[in-house]
Amino acid sequence: MTDKILMKGNEAIAEAAIKAGCRFFFGYPITPQNELPAYMARRLPMEDGVFLQAESEVAAINMVYGAAGAGARVMTSSSSPGISLKQEGISYMAGSELPGVIVNIIRGGPGLGGIQPAQSDYLQATKGGGHGDYRLLVLAPQSVQEAVDLTTEAFELADKYRNPVMILGDGMIGQMMEPVEFGEEISPEDLPKKEWATVGNKDRKPNIINSLSLQAEKLEELNIRLQKKYEKMKEEEVRVETYKTEDADYAIVAFGSMARIALSAIERAREEGVKIGLIRPISLFPYPDQVVGKVAEQVKFMLTVEMSCGQMVEDVRLAANGRCPVYFYGRSGGVVPTSQEIYEKIMELVRGEKE
Amino acid sequence: MKVVAKRPESLMDKPTHYCPGCTHGITHRLVAEVMDEMGIREKTVGVAPVGCAVLAYEYFDCDFQQAAHGRAPAVATGIKRVLPDNFVFTYQGDGDLASIGTAEIVHAAMRGENITTIFINNAIYGMTGGQMAPTTMIGQKTTTSPYGRDSKSAGNPIRVVEMLSTLEGSAYLARVGLFNNKEIKKAKKAIRKAFETQKEGKGFSLVELLSTCPTNWGMNPNEALDWVKSNMVPYYPLGEYRTPEGGDNK
Repeated sequence: MTDKILMKGNEAIAEAAIKAGCRFFFGYPITPQNELPAYMARRLPMEDGVFLQAESEVAAINMVYGAAGAGARVMTSSSSPGISLKQEGISYMAGSELPGVIVNIIRGGPGLGGIQPAQSDYLQATKGGGHGDYRLLVLAPQSVQEAVDLTTEAFELADKYRNPVMILGDGMIGQMMEPVEFGEEISPEDLPKKEWATVGNKDRKPNIINSLSLQAEKLEELNIRLQKKYEKMKEEEVRVETYKTEDADYAIVAFGSMARIALSAIERAREEGVKIGLIRPISLFPYPDQVVGKVAEQVKFMLTVEMSCGQMVEDVRLAANGRCPVYFYGRSGGVVPTSQEIYEKIMELVRGEKE
Repeated sequence: MKVVAKRPESLMDKPTHYCPGCTHGITHRLVAEVMDEMGIREKTVGVAPVGCAVLAYEYFDCDFQQAAHGRAPAVATGIKRVLPDNFVFTYQGDGDLASIGTAEIVHAAMRGENITTIFINNAIYGMTGGQMAPTTMIGQKTTTSPYGRDSKSAGNPIRVVEMLSTLEGSAYLARVGLFNNKEIKKAKKAIRKAFETQKEGKGFSLVELLSTCPTNWGMNPNEALDWVKSNMVPYYPLGEYRTPEGGDNK
């Protein structure tokens, strides 16, 4: 273990990727994630790696496709409008079963939107985004340290499932500085060989990276295989944190930096004698619906708080499945709900409940 | 018995899906012969486009990646950056390369990406059933230019090698025809030179092959070959436009 150092989220993610054995980065400038590619441009040459500024996000994700198909740990990063452009390549990666890590430091939308933090790409990240029946593993850090830890995990998961993994942060996670420590460094040479990669077919049949199946039955076979993979993710890869839910009469559900802000509101409400807890999904796909469902049995209501007009709330409602009312509070466009606003919303709902 | 002709080792022993008289078969063979002669089959990774050659990976006996429409040069870039000692080539048609993939091909050339592109220019979209391509000739009838391509509305055909020859990263650029044996031999020489350029690490190489699409042109194979010679060659002059040694040889 190394000593703690103070780093910006964007830079810490980049360093974590390098420590996870990533030596290839393809990106395109967009705020608020620019520190990430800039860090890679500085650091990767020191590790005999490749940083390449592509002509577009479309090209960048396709370079990721090629590099992943050639067997490398590879990353790209962007922010919302850029992530929209990458959707074609992400769908192809999922269809061709290629590992790779995509970082989305979300900004407010739709359209060109703004450059302030938001969580309004939740649905895009967790429900597909591109065309076809596919899923990404989606991990949402709430701190710079967690961004580091999840980046390491993202590379492991991508290789384990041969599936793209998305780190879903927001402008706050990307821009804020916090002390972090990094885990052990992985050398690319020590990683297991990928037998399926296209590296030249000496003494074997050609390896083909492909998502085309002109026969409907064959394509359905691929889809069934992919669905099995997603089911396995649901069984094995759910990551969630709960806080003071054991005795809770009410619960807040929030992810990423929103969960941190919600926590202050929860502490304040507790001081007022309101027994409220927090569920913080860390993996957004697979979604922790069992934990949400279980807490829903016990509480009088759930309040989902998001930096959007209400996206994750749909998953909370599905998981609660009518066992308790699910309310929503959110701000959008880059406006961040304050702990005061959340506190007031809690108290208003509690009063309504008691009337 | 003396063997005078045989299938190149770099080609699979299977029939292709290409239409009768289409020149894709010739081009596949030429690329495979070059791979054989250079002894690079086991070190080559191909990138298939979207278009008629989407199934190219079925026919070459080497590792392959299938790319999204137009993105082959970006995919090839990713592969080559990971495997700089391997040979990487893209095989793309005119819709793929000169329409949806213009950014990718221009920037791969700009970077001097050390890859080889085999560019099939048959002045039409074949796979989707004969739509107008950016390379479609003025007056040429297609399903989306039923009255003939009109430059006032659809512009004039793109000359890809001329466009790319303004870029310093383009190490080898040539345009060849496939309309008679002499031209086919020249085409093979150009393909060989393109792969040699890559071998020497000189930068980006591309060979544009003026090709036929008898099915969508509504011609028999011989008429189609004649049409290339009489209609395409005057607009798309043959020759080497950039060589690693410098200068052109048109």
